[in-house]
Amino acid sequence: MNKLPRLLYTAALTVPLTTNALATSLEIEIGYVGFEPDHGPVLSNLLPEPADTGFKGVELGILDSNTTGRFLKQHYTLRGLSTDKADEIVPATRTLYDQGVRLFVLNLNREQLINVATALPDDALLINAGSQDNRLRTHDCIPGLLHSMPSRAMLTDALAQWLAKKRWNRWLLLEGQTQEDKAYADSLARSAQRMGAVIVARKQWSFDTDLRRTAQQELPPFTQTSEYDVVIVADERGDFGEYVPFNTWLPRPVVGTQGMSPVTWHRVVEAWGAAQLQSRFSKLANRDMYGGDYAGWAAVRTLAEAVTQTGSIDPANLHRFIMSEQFQLGAFKGRKLTYRSWSGQLRQPIPLVHPRALVSQSPQEGYLHPVTDLDTLGFDQRESQCSVKGDS
Amino acid sequence: MPKPPFLKTLLIGALLASPMTQAATAYVSNEKDNTLSVIDLETLEVTDTIDVGERPRGIALSKDHSKLFICASDSDTVQVMDLATQRIIANLPSGEDPEQFALHPDNRRLYIANEDDALVTVVDTDTHEVLAQIDVGVEPEGMAVSPDGRWAVNTSETTSMLHWIDTETHELVDNTLVDQRPRHVEFSHDGSVLWASSEIGGTVSIIDVDSRQISQKLSFRIRGIHPDKIQPVGVKLSADGRYAFVALGPANHVAVVDARSHEILDYLLVGRRVWHMEFTPDQKYLLTTNGVSGDVSVIDVDAMKVTKSIKVGRYPWGIVTLD
Repeated sequence: MNKLPRLLYTAALTVPLTTNALATSLEIEIGYVGFEPDHGPVLSNLLPEPADTGFKGVELGILDSNTTGRFLKQHYTLRGLSTDKADEIVPATRTLYDQGVRLFVLNLNREQLINVATALPDDALLINAGSQDNRLRTHDCIPGLLHSMPSRAMLTDALAQWLAKKRWNRWLLLEGQTQEDKAYADSLARSAQRMGAVIVARKQWSFDTDLRRTAQQELPPFTQTSEYDVVIVADERGDFGEYVPFNTWLPRPVVGTQGMSPVTWHRVVEAWGAAQLQSRFSKLANRDMYGGDYAGWAAVRTLAEAVTQTGSIDPANLHRFIMSEQFQLGAFKGRKLTYRSWSGQLRQPIPLVHPRALVSQSPQEGYLHPVTDLDTLGFDQRESQCSVKGDS
Repeated sequence: MPKPPFLKTLLIGALLASPMTQAATAYVSNEKDNTLSVIDLETLEVTDTIDVGERPRGIALSKDHSKLFICASDSDTVQVMDLATQRIIANLPSGEDPEQFALHPDNRRLYIANEDDALVTVVDTDTHEVLAQIDVGVEPEGMAVSPDGRWAVNTSETTSMLHWIDTETHELVDNTLVDQRPRHVEFSHDGSVLWASSEIGGTVSIIDVDSRQISQKLSFRIRGIHPDKIQPVGVKLSADGRYAFVALGPANHVAVVDARSHEILDYLLVGRRVWHMEFTPDQKYLLTTNGVSGDVSVIDVDAMKVTKSIKVGRYPWGIVTLD
């Protein structure tokens, strides 16, 4: 892989208008900024996630919005850039802002999001379609920032609810060595406490042998502890986790980042009209749709839905509408999606999948909540310090 | 366009159908089985299962009841089945991924929603010619033609609009924005009112056809069911103009609405994920397709009670009935 810093691609995507552009027509520019770092090698390198995850979803969101927009004389243009150079992100975003872009979909990590939010004036509307970091939803509380990507806590709560329903309450937790793996494992620990599960052991994988040849030797002793009902893996990059299933000391299912996983989106999701979204996406991108693509698509659709309903492109107006009771997003997850007023997080059901099939979808039946059962996933209002709505 | 030989078609149809005189029948498309289930409406039992194209969804009868049109979505075609022989006699050039359609009163022009392509395709069912393709919103789904034949209305799910197509010019002349994910449209029998369901929005819009504006929006409340799970899909109006029935999807209920006052009268518990509905020819019963439970519920309209459920194939979707 090319080690040199590079500007991966920029895009200006437009679709020709079929209706006459009248004086009342709206031109909506949406900026996309993506960070695509080279993550370095992993042991399991058979099925790498595509480099343009996220961007392609944004592209489809623009196409869908233009198909709708041509009946309303609204025209959406994507001004996008992706880079693997972290220090390009803030200047590039600032340049888009200076050129008049006010609506941004950001596929960045937590630190980059904070830097971008700090660097841009208040009249920009930002949607995080990349980072699952819990702190953004509980402590950082960046005013005006929305999250179409679910938090790690939403994913691990979705998994924990399903495990609780199965009464698989004794967990063996295996984590990798990256910060992200630790964050996922910490999120699992919180979910375990919420659901009354016990983590019988939490072990870090630190071997550096090539597991493709020795998984059968290495993993059984590594997973030899007191009795557990399930093995949970926290290995976001897929370094060793792919080799855990079928190699555990006790014959137990494997869930988490590998085995059966809670995901934002996956190609096996087909109910609720999702088959149509999947086929539109694969026609556009010639590949399957990933969670990052879904978050990018949902971010653009959020903006476009608000433009359609308000007839406005003013970021403050749009933000107010998105946070209001009137906002509803149809997004192929079986029910309308809305944003949490305290953290700006898009509420959404979480599919639980294995590579070839949908297993379940959380919230699980019977998890009740006074407002919406979707708020049983992730940080509820009382668990978050945030109040990003501005007026509360 | 030449005037269709309307009477002639009727007569030929009647002649062809006559040797097969039998009790009233329902045909149900099974989306995941690639079959149709045939239900005898006297005994309310499945008497036959017929193989058709891939992923059959919308089905519709020709006006003379001699043919059945079947949207075979994954085969990218509309199949024409001769009902006398129950054989597929033609595949119409429907455009990709046909989902629902509606037949014009002229018994020739079929308006087909192409879900993957954001198009409505108009096909002449006699000559098998594509007469027009009209750009609509993302994921076109519901189709209806007004009783006077003037309008073809299409719903696009992701665009959340009704598209009004003039059937003379085949041009899109107006759009009505409704709540999220409109699934189905149904004209009142006099053609003055259009009912449109919004699955994710959870509402049914009642639209004045002359102005093409929403005159009223119905929403539904069922004790013990979260409002997000009340998702209207199919709408059916009784011939006497008294009732509208609204299938509420994963809420597993059908709402009974007074078609004049628009008051919601009752909710009837049916099978799981109720989708589309049809009356028996005598209007005594309403049959519902229940996707997840794989059955058809029978509603006795006079008693307003669900009296039976009939097991069919996997993911029953569309339904028609005929004498």
